[in-house]
Amino acid sequence: MIGYLARRLGGAVLVLFGLSLLLYGLFYLAPSDPAVLTCGKGCTPERLAEVRHAMGVDDPVFTQYRHFLEGIVAGRDYPAGPNTRHCPAPCLGYSFETDQPVTALLADRLPVSASLAFGAEVLSLVAGIGAGLLAGLRRYRWLDRVVNGLVLAGYAVPVFLVGLLLLLLFCVQLQWLPFPTYVPLTTDPLAWAQNLLLPWVALAVIQTAAYARLTRAGIQETLAEDHIRTARAYGLPESRIVRRRALRGALLPLVTLTAIDLAAIMTSAVLTETMFGLPGVGQLLVGAVNQIDLPVVVGVTLLTGLLIVIANAVADLLYAAVDPRVELR
Amino acid sequence: MTDLVVEDLRIRFGDTVAVDGLSFELPAGGALGIVGESGSGKSATALALLGLHTAAQVEGRITFGADNLTTLTERRWRQVRGAQIAMVFQEPLTALSPFHTIGDQIAEVYRLHTGASRRAARDRAVEVLRQVHIPDPARRAASYPHQFSGGMRQRALIAMALSCRPQLIVADEPTTALDVTVQAQILDLLDEVRETTGTSLLLISHDLGVVTGSTDHVVVMRRGVAVEQGRTDAVLVAPEAAYTRELLAAVPHPKPPRTIDGEPLLRLAGVRKHFRQRRRGEPVRAVDDVTLDVRAGETLGIVGESGTGKTTLARLMTGLLTPTAGTITLDGTDLRRRPGGSVQMVFQDPMSSLNPRRTIGESIADPLRLSGVRDPRPHVEDLLERVGLARREYDRYPHQLSGGMRQRVGIARALAPHPRLIVCDEPVSSLDVTTQAQVLSLLEDLRTEFGLTMVFVSHDLAVLRQIADRVAVLYEGRIVELGDTASVYEQPQHAYTKELLAAVPVTDPAEARRLRALRRAQVTA
Repeated sequence: MIGYLARRLGGAVLVLFGLSLLLYGLFYLAPSDPAVLTCGKGCTPERLAEVRHAMGVDDPVFTQYRHFLEGIVAGRDYPAGPNTRHCPAPCLGYSFETDQPVTALLADRLPVSASLAFGAEVLSLVAGIGAGLLAGLRRYRWLDRVVNGLVLAGYAVPVFLVGLLLLLLFCVQLQWLPFPTYVPLTTDPLAWAQNLLLPWVALAVIQTAAYARLTRAGIQETLAEDHIRTARAYGLPESRIVRRRALRGALLPLVTLTAIDLAAIMTSAVLTETMFGLPGVGQLLVGAVNQIDLPVVVGVTLLTGLLIVIANAVADLLYAAVDPRVELR
Repeated sequence: MTDLVVEDLRIRFGDTVAVDGLSFELPAGGALGIVGESGSGKSATALALLGLHTAAQVEGRITFGADNLTTLTERRWRQVRGAQIAMVFQEPLTALSPFHTIGDQIAEVYRLHTGASRRAARDRAVEVLRQVHIPDPARRAASYPHQFSGGMRQRALIAMALSCRPQLIVADEPTTALDVTVQAQILDLLDEVRETTGTSLLLISHDLGVVTGSTDHVVVMRRGVAVEQGRTDAVLVAPEAAYTRELLAAVPHPKPPRTIDGEPLLRLAGVRKHFRQRRRGEPVRAVDDVTLDVRAGETLGIVGESGTGKTTLARLMTGLLTPTAGTITLDGTDLRRRPGGSVQMVFQDPMSSLNPRRTIGESIADPLRLSGVRDPRPHVEDLLERVGLARREYDRYPHQLSGGMRQRVGIARALAPHPRLIVCDEPVSSLDVTTQAQVLSLLEDLRTEFGLTMVFVSHDLAVLRQIADRVAVLYEGRIVELGDTASVYEQPQHAYTKELLAAVPVTDPAEARRLRALRRAQVTA
């Protein structure tokens, strides 16, 4: 077990290392010079050289990458005229557009994204598993057909449409909910949930559809297995068979999917964040790409990679905990 | 105690009649066998005894004690299942839940029917596991099914059946997935359970030999109808129905021995095949130092149970695997430089070894095209005819054929490039006994007609005794005994060969009793 964790950790470091290398390679090949943008209009060659030096882009790419790695371990100082801008370890770079270390930006945005992802995930798991079970246990009856129809609709409807309709209905027409603004959980849990409710629903629609489908297929497949027949042949009531014997097998595939989804939403729910005006990581990324704020792009990408790697490891551990046949080695 | 009386049982799936007017009686404490080939309705009958049919229409009377089972409510059924009638299923791996320990699964059933405390249920689980001879039952009760061997899983299922002290145990093909020595142990166990607990046993099998040794009455079924029933001694010794005689005739019979003194065609010298394990650990020695000649014109039988390396050996002989050490030569040259098509293989499962998306004709034509035949269709059609299929079957797909027909296709494909040696890996083990007999006689005819040399790998000693001239006994990757078929069967030297031979199910009731006594003596010795 400890050996397994050590190997996974080593693997994670390697993946992130490779990812950062790839990113640096790509940016080096990219035709635009971020210093030109930062320097702005009326930029003189002397000023540009100064900016380039301040941003650290005048070094050869290998030196830049080395500085980047050193920054992660030890922190880093950027020269800015007479002063220096300090970026404490782990330093993922410095955003000159916003004049802040990337880590500070991420720390600002991550709670928003995490709140969004967590709530949406809980909501879609509850609704998806519930609907999937109802459909799976009533195969080909009307309830199953209704759920199947809703699943297809959930896949088909774009998230911005759902979001706009929700806003129109609950914030404008009925005025049951405030226009969403982000309130930290620690400040006011009720307001936190109230403000995030609509974004959660909007984001959960597609995932609910996916989970419902998977659950329906899983429960049907499991109920057709031989050991379920054995349970029936020994007089176990159907409800108990579903609860004690079938559910676990049916929900196993959801473990991996949920973990990856959770990690993915945190950095990619751009549409939802934009629509509801939530300052999350997705928005940060889109802004950074538009501004060619490369350090932020690197930071967000590495964060995504880290989250996915962690989610994968957690999924594997959970899987092994649920299924005794799986051995971690 | 309780008698089981089945009267005029009819089971229909839509328009298909699975069982058509079946009647039989099983007195308390008795043992009844239902024997028949696939599609005879024997499993449908078993499910009906437990009311487990969901898609079928069941008519007739099944009387068990005071109850007519066919009219029970679902609620009442649940009280009967497991408590009064318990079922032992065929596939012990899939028949147990992979997520719960063996002990928990048994205890759950016991608690459900007796309302016992958790502790009492756990004790009962350990007790029945001990009764079916699971070593160290208190500890093994905490194991999951995948941590048990096939034989132990089947014992665990029998333990579950025993847990609530039922009056009837229905065992549906309880030994089909098991090795022959394990099969004998399980059958002996069922017999012992019946003796010690007084429960009656309904044993369902496709194998006449299995039923012979373990039952006192037998019902022979065919296409949903009982063609014959009576005392096992009488039915199997002097069958009245033509179908029963046909079944008995299809059971492999020893042939007068042939002595083939041909030159060695295939020579294996010091052949080893080791497979490396994932991450450290000793490699698996699947084949470990095998030296062996296959003489031109002979049929060499290779017998062994699962995990003895017989399939690995077959693949080495066909060049599908290369040995870790040692040499294999065909007619004096290294097997790797053999002429194309000179060694062919017939696989165990013709369904999975034929491409489901291609017609069988195309599958057979492939090796011909490889050897440069421009228009293979006429050749393929000749081959189809030769293996007993119609020429028009060329354009059909594997799923449209029966198991026996598919295996004929596998044989035709092996014959296509005019091989000198054919290696058959369990070619008849997935077939019904009458089909098996037909395929075996086809192979014998082809051998003579084409002057083939054959290696026949099987777990089934009876089949080998019929078809093989010499037999090699494989155990843990080594050949422990090799000799003329007659001498190996009549004077086995190695202890493992003796054990195998004592475990073979036979259709002669007196012989079956003698072998059971012999096995008991081996166990106590």
